[in-house]
Amino acid sequence: MTKQQARFEPYDFNGGTCVAIAGADYCVVAADTRMSTGYNILTRDYSKIYKLADKCMMASSGFQADVRALQKVLGAKHLIYQHQHNKQMSCPAMARLLSNTLYYKRFFPYYTFNVLAGFDEEGKGCVYTYDAVGSYEKVGYSAQGSGAKLIMPVLDNQLKSPSPLLLPAQDAVTPLSESEAIDVVKDVFASATERDIYTGDKLEIVILNVDGIRREYAELRKD
Amino acid sequence: MSNNSCMDLTAKGGFSFDLCKRNAMLSQKGLKLPPFRKTGTTIVGLVFQDGVILGADTRATEGPIVCDKNCEKIHYMAPNIYCCGAGTAADTEAVTDMVSSQLQLHRYHTGRESRVVTALTLLKKHLFNYQGHVSAALVLGGVDCTGPHLHTIYPHGSTDTLPFATMGSGSLAAMSVFESKYKEGLSRDEGIKLVSEAVCSGIFNDLGSGSNVDVCVITKGHKEYLRNHMLPNPRTYVSERGYSFPKKTEVLMTKITPMKEKVEVTEGGDAMEE
Repeated sequence: MTKQQARFEPYDFNGGTCVAIAGADYCVVAADTRMSTGYNILTRDYSKIYKLADKCMMASSGFQADVRALQKVLGAKHLIYQHQHNKQMSCPAMARLLSNTLYYKRFFPYYTFNVLAGFDEEGKGCVYTYDAVGSYEKVGYSAQGSGAKLIMPVLDNQLKSPSPLLLPAQDAVTPLSESEAIDVVKDVFASATERDIYTGDKLEIVILNVDGIRREYAELRKD
Repeated sequence: MSNNSCMDLTAKGGFSFDLCKRNAMLSQKGLKLPPFRKTGTTIVGLVFQDGVILGADTRATEGPIVCDKNCEKIHYMAPNIYCCGAGTAADTEAVTDMVSSQLQLHRYHTGRESRVVTALTLLKKHLFNYQGHVSAALVLGGVDCTGPHLHTIYPHGSTDTLPFATMGSGSLAAMSVFESKYKEGLSRDEGIKLVSEAVCSGIFNDLGSGSNVDVCVITKGHKEYLRNHMLPNPRTYVSERGYSFPKKTEVLMTKITPMKEKVEVTEGGDAMEE
């Protein structure tokens, strides 16, 4: 029998699923609002989507204490940027900032799984997807979190994006219209909730387009 | 007894532990054993004025994934006895099936109705024998010639006799309902309502439990299995657009070669070696 002793356990896992889809003139970010630990639900109404800049939203699952810390750091860095440059940070710049912030803690990571969505300099929708230590990629759509492995194959099938290795580079944006993208998001979340115990309660959808930011909610299973 | 001497003994039935040593060695080297299908589960039971009511949710999980949305957790033991199972699905199923067959044989032998204590003793004997390795947590209920009975059985073989009982990962959520609302001499409808409420509390507050409510009402000389008594979790959204999928792999050529022409078939042939 090995000796039992108290161990330092700094991480928890609070579940949750995030999805983002980029279109030519819009982007959609969605996440469920359940926060849980083990077999317990901590709250059924917790927003995982954070506004980093006017045209830049981040959705994060994983360990929500780390998510809050990360949001605070990014918010502070963005504030400094605004004071120094007298403008909001662009989405690609924010994407690199998030990557650097995550990699800065390479050996004691933020236990967070993020998707970043917004508009690039040309005004096209863009989505960036991350791992916990800052590896990132610009994509047309992405899913992160506990239900990602259920959702991602469906998105791959329905929205397939061109290979990033193609020359000349192809646009990663999806061919769907805004309403079609919202419909797909609602459906994949309803499906993920059927089979993933950490996803459920409510779906928060944030839509960015030329008119600005719009929020929608949809009910999910509560069991 | 040395470790090798047990190998010389002839098998007397029961489980085979041949691979335990190998598995212990592999897990020490860092091998992860595959997850078993567990029923995260809320199971409950209560005694009411003329019998026993059992209740269960219908979710079975494998880690964080729901692998069965509508499974049956109230198992048949005897015509007058049913048993709810929580824990490893295979164990609850196997142990209840085994004991129900023993009870049936016992009834053929004695020609009398099975008693709940008989089922209880057979179950706890088996579970104690296996020192908690058969992970079945049970709520056993029935009505026999001595009246209504309700018991809980833990995986190690200990048992309780209770007027109301809960088991599984949702047991705390369900028990909180029973503790606040149970009283003696409930009517049938009140009993079903309280059992459903307790199971629902497990379904909604425990992530290991979910989907629907099954109820089983056992009274003197009568039982009623209410499969999917409540369906409180329908799918929330179905896309009206529907989905289309790209065409499957193109068939370029079809050619059939009958195997009869290629091989020689001899009738009878050589007898197989023993």
